Amino acid sequence: MNELIKMKINGMDVHFPKGKTILEVCRDAGIYIPTLCHDERLKPYGGCRLCLVEIKGRPVPLASCTTPGEAGMEIATESPKLTRLRKTVLELLLSNHPNDCMCCEASGDCSLQEMAYLYGASLDRFQGEQWTLPIREDNPFITFEPNKCIVCGRCTRICNEVVMAGTIDLVNRGFNAIPETAFSKPRSLENCEFCGQCVSTCPTGALTDKKGRGKGRIGDVRKVKTTCSYCGTGCNFYLNVKNGKVVRVTSDLTAPVNKGNLCIKGRYGYDFIHSPERLKTPLIREGEGYREASWDEALTLVASKFNALIKEHGADKVGGFSSSRCSNEENYLLSKWVRCAVGSNNVDNCARV
Amino acid sequence: MPDMDTLFLFGSNPTEGHPIVSLHLKKALANGAKLVVADPRKTWMARRADVWLNLKPGSNIALLNGIIRVILDNGWENAEFISKRTEGLEKLRAKVQEYDLERVEALTGVDRDKIIEAARLYAQAEKSMIVYGLGVTEHQTGTENAMAIANLALVCGHIGRPATGIMALRGQNNVQGASDLGPLPATLPGYQSVTDPQCREKFKKAWGVAIKDKPGLKSVEMLDECTKGNFKGIFILGEDPAQTDPDLVHVRKALESVDFLVVLDIFPTETTKYADVILPGASFAEKDGTFTNGERRVQRIRKAIEPVAGMAEWEVISRISTLMGYPMTYSHPSEIMDEIASLVPIYGGISYDRIEQKGIQWPCPTKDHPGTTTLYTDLFSRPGGLAQFMALDHQGSAEVPDETYPLVLITGRIREHYNNGSMTRRCAGIAEVVPEELVEISSEDAGSLGIAHMDWVKVSSRRGEVQVRAKVTDRSQAGSVFMTFHHQNALTNVLTSEHRDPITGTPEYKACAVRVEKVS
Repeated sequence: MNELIKMKINGMDVHFPKGKTILEVCRDAGIYIPTLCHDERLKPYGGCRLCLVEIKGRPVPLASCTTPGEAGMEIATESPKLTRLRKTVLELLLSNHPNDCMCCEASGDCSLQEMAYLYGASLDRFQGEQWTLPIREDNPFITFEPNKCIVCGRCTRICNEVVMAGTIDLVNRGFNAIPETAFSKPRSLENCEFCGQCVSTCPTGALTDKKGRGKGRIGDVRKVKTTCSYCGTGCNFYLNVKNGKVVRVTSDLTAPVNKGNLCIKGRYGYDFIHSPERLKTPLIREGEGYREASWDEALTLVASKFNALIKEHGADKVGGFSSSRCSNEENYLLSKWVRCAVGSNNVDNCARV
Repeated sequence: MPDMDTLFLFGSNPTEGHPIVSLHLKKALANGAKLVVADPRKTWMARRADVWLNLKPGSNIALLNGIIRVILDNGWENAEFISKRTEGLEKLRAKVQEYDLERVEALTGVDRDKIIEAARLYAQAEKSMIVYGLGVTEHQTGTENAMAIANLALVCGHIGRPATGIMALRGQNNVQGASDLGPLPATLPGYQSVTDPQCREKFKKAWGVAIKDKPGLKSVEMLDECTKGNFKGIFILGEDPAQTDPDLVHVRKALESVDFLVVLDIFPTETTKYADVILPGASFAEKDGTFTNGERRVQRIRKAIEPVAGMAEWEVISRISTLMGYPMTYSHPSEIMDEIASLVPIYGGISYDRIEQKGIQWPCPTKDHPGTTTLYTDLFSRPGGLAQFMALDHQGSAEVPDETYPLVLITGRIREHYNNGSMTRRCAGIAEVVPEELVEISSEDAGSLGIAHMDWVKVSSRRGEVQVRAKVTDRSQAGSVFMTFHHQNALTNVLTSEHRDPITGTPEYKACAVRVEKVS
């Protein structure tokens, strides 16, 4: 596996470990090859035919995503012939696509749009039958616009290969093939985990996050890379922020732990951040209830009260509970506060609980 | 991980508790790994297991002793590994002689054929890995349970090589970091003991304050002292013991008794109800910082929006400390991490600029150290570097079913919610698909109690009762029921017992005796 072999790509020598596909070798070497059906999280599929390359000595172009690299291969990733083939593939896809990019949720984050632009595909070269299927919004998380589906199979493959949830698969044949739940049942916890992995891999606007729709497309948001605050796995993702609001969570395909994969909590568990029930100001007990207070008043009260208790009863009668939900820095500071400002070792976290 | 030949999943339900870890495990299964699952519940993984060891709650040690006995009887142990890297096998060998399969079958309820097959699949594979979860640790014998698992791995030498070893799936996002960085009564940050004069001296020099040489009180002990009137002030940072601790009646009494209670949280919780002062917290989206995950990887969180209440926790603690006469003057969390690196050797090489793109796994002692992915490749962390076998006995759960409380309640998590639910219950969609607590009960038990699916039932234990609806499912075996603790309207931990692992203080969340009755 680690033995390095050599091939020529666009006239340039490239060394690579045996066992990699031509597509992987090219991407590792920084050479662009267009793809629609490929996702690093999935097995090679060879469905979209955009990643075709010419290999010296082979009569026809081959899909680089399913062809293993071999020693001594001479590859061309660009040629007038390849451009023509790719453009035709795109134009065939566009012949049955709504082409409503100006209103589409995925505009700017759509591989089909990006490649149609790149190859100058014309929208009306092929006149053919068109889908006119209704939008499916039968659940709280995932919106399906079937007319935008290019049947690349990424959603069904990630659902079955990676998550093994078996929620959706391609049904029907030929022109009528489409990803669908068993017996067309609405998505529910009975048949779906709502991990949104299908949304994360969809190359068009066919599958989108319902909660974020209309709240800002990729060009309108700031993406902030962070680490999930739920379980101890440590998944990374991007918070998509617009006007001081988190409007969506998107995958970070380079994340060392999760490689873009997320669960229901990671992908859809963000809107507590803007819940109207958040505590927004310090509260001080007064009689049976609480009254709002400024930070200055509350913190001065806390400090003086703790100091008074320490003076009267000793530092050993005061302590702190820390939290596995807080950051390393905050846990360190609480430990330091108990040891230095209070003067005891009465500090514990909830790890044992 | 995808290269392992056998996966032994013990007391862990990763498809619910750690969904993304489960994807790695699923990949291993897709690559042909054999799967052994020890779990009283028929989980997703148990359904797909080559062998499902459907043990009775509380019988982990008996099961593991039985498996080890089968391995030793058949000569499936790794003799080379045992002689080079371990000591004390003979004591273990003598102990497991007391666990013949007939006895193990009686204690665990697992058929002997399944135990033999599990032993064979684990021992005879080239690369076997054990993944365990809170089903191991949340028992009064939690520490011994974990040791028994270590015995098994050591007997077979499945440790210290890639795709082998023991992986404990930790619960919360930063449970690792919260242990590493010193909010523990007996250790300063970096597991440096308060009883060690050199450690105390180092921190005294850096912090300018003498450290007390006696360990402080654990949280449980602080609460116990509160009920006796012996403890006066507590600051609770982002925790909800009044919902998530076991034996809630006792916890609430403690929180009522303490003179002055400050609770910092992002939402009102069961615990804030007892506070004298409530301080608003900042969510992970509102501050810079780091979390350390279950594989010791220190990773960044980043401030995406301004703190909703205007201040993040690190600023709040700094200001309280300064007002109390011990100044803390940090202008950014990165400065706190620099201070941590200077005092905590395992974090010595960590700084924000190094983890900008990708996190680093500790131990990382110096700025040029790449971090450490695999521990114990050649030596174990004991004097001499050899691992020691432990001879352990079955003890069972502290509270076992009887005539009045005939069922075992197992508590745990489901994928959709998180702990006290204060975050997930406020997320659109999640609250919709899982709106309420349910008790999972087998069709056998439901049938004999006259309970139908989604009927309202009363679940009671010696400590309290809750009303929930019943989910009749084959995930539960006859004799045990399951509940989560995510919902405020049905506080499951009113039921759970006060029993704990005496070594770690971890409560026995995984087993208490209850009665289930239909509510008419």
